[in-house]
Amino acid sequence: MSTLRAPVKVRVKDWFPPGHVRTPFFLRGKVGVIERELGPFHNPEELAYRQKGAPRKLLRVRFEMSEIWGEDAETPTDTLDAEIYEHWLEPADAT
Amino acid sequence: MQAHSNSRNVTVMEHDNIRRWHDMGGQPAGQIDLDQHNFALWEKRVDALMVLTSGKGYFTVDGLRRVLEDMGEDTFETMSYYERWVQSVNQNLLEAGAYSLEELSTKMAEVTARGETYGDCAAGGE
Amino acid sequence: MPHDHHDHDHLSPSGHPYQPDQDHTLTRWQAMEIAMRELLVEKEILTAAEITQTVEAMDRRSPADGAQVVARAWSDPEFKARLLADGSTTIGEMGFEAGAMKLIVVENTATTHNVVVCTLCSCYPRNLLGLPPDWYKQRAYRSRVVKTPRKVLSEFGLDLPDDVQVRVHDSTADMRYLVLPVRPAGTDDLDATALAELVNRDSMIGVAQATAPE
Repeated sequence: MSTLRAPVKVRVKDWFPPGHVRTPFFLRGKVGVIERELGPFHNPEELAYRQKGAPRKLLRVRFEMSEIWGEDAETPTDTLDAEIYEHWLEPADAT
Repeated sequence: MQAHSNSRNVTVMEHDNIRRWHDMGGQPAGQIDLDQHNFALWEKRVDALMVLTSGKGYFTVDGLRRVLEDMGEDTFETMSYYERWVQSVNQNLLEAGAYSLEELSTKMAEVTARGETYGDCAAGGE
Repeated sequence: MPHDHHDHDHLSPSGHPYQPDQDHTLTRWQAMEIAMRELLVEKEILTAAEITQTVEAMDRRSPADGAQVVARAWSDPEFKARLLADGSTTIGEMGFEAGAMKLIVVENTATTHNVVVCTLCSCYPRNLLGLPPDWYKQRAYRSRVVKTPRKVLSEFGLDLPDDVQVRVHDSTADMRYLVLPVRPAGTDDLDATALAELVNRDSMIGVAQATAPE
């Protein structure tokens, strides 16, 4: 699944699992752009439970505030960057 | 999906997208409190125990966070940062088998019996 | 009832007084810390010396370290370029140990202002700045700065014009962030040491600008 690199457009999956995840709730289902690849890191979802699987690809994703908050955005063109693991991302449609 | 009211009279879908309490980005909140406390020695020791025992592989910072999260929102509201951290480090060390609850119980009773204050009870380890 | 608390009147290695709770009634959590610490030493998992050394090492870390890095970046364009490309490695040039920390340095400019948060907990570049301030770890900052950063910044006394874009960085995973504030005007004649004095902690989190020279 290593087609994810800057500046590919991605959507954060609409997952809502219980337990320890590091994808903020406010970003679920939102579309952003990969700002940079960060390399492989072990998955906190596994490490938190004393498991250690294979390293996963970590990416910094940039979101526009208008995308995250819609009409509530303070300044629509301000941005928010977050580090998201690859398994939480899927390519977004071009439109 | 069936909607129903739960005990808090909030409509809850069967597959509700529950936000975990600690995942607080974007939630309404009040004034930022700029007050700063000086760290106590015991707090710095808790921090050191976390750094050292996680560094030696007993647990990871992810495990620390997982336990802090699972401790629930009430603890965040009622306990200080390092009061929660000491509990999480302890939980993680128990899960790692560093010591047993029996050993901890015995030791805590012994510590408490030494005196009234932190200064009285904190023997050794400057 | 005077006791000889050998650490009662001492300052910490960083020069700050410890909280005067050495003389207050022992709490359950303090008892837990003492018990855990002693068990770990008895089991030879840790030594008392390394615990002390770790406390002191953390104490020695302060925003002054980050300020030195910023001052060097202001003075040395090639250093700055390396810093922006690879923060962890580059601070090593100045003798600062990133350790496990993966540092990303984000630069404020005339048109971009960066601010850092950890909405999920309290991730912070501790190895460079020391322990985070209490407000950084609290609900109000973590909740609000990702949605209304400009309002939050104005509460810190920083009002940004409309032609500046705000970039919020949420430390969700292994990266830690240091903001490189804008070098204040009227500082061309200042050396790195003098420049470092203008770099306050809040400017490296992004809730303030660097201090203007007198």
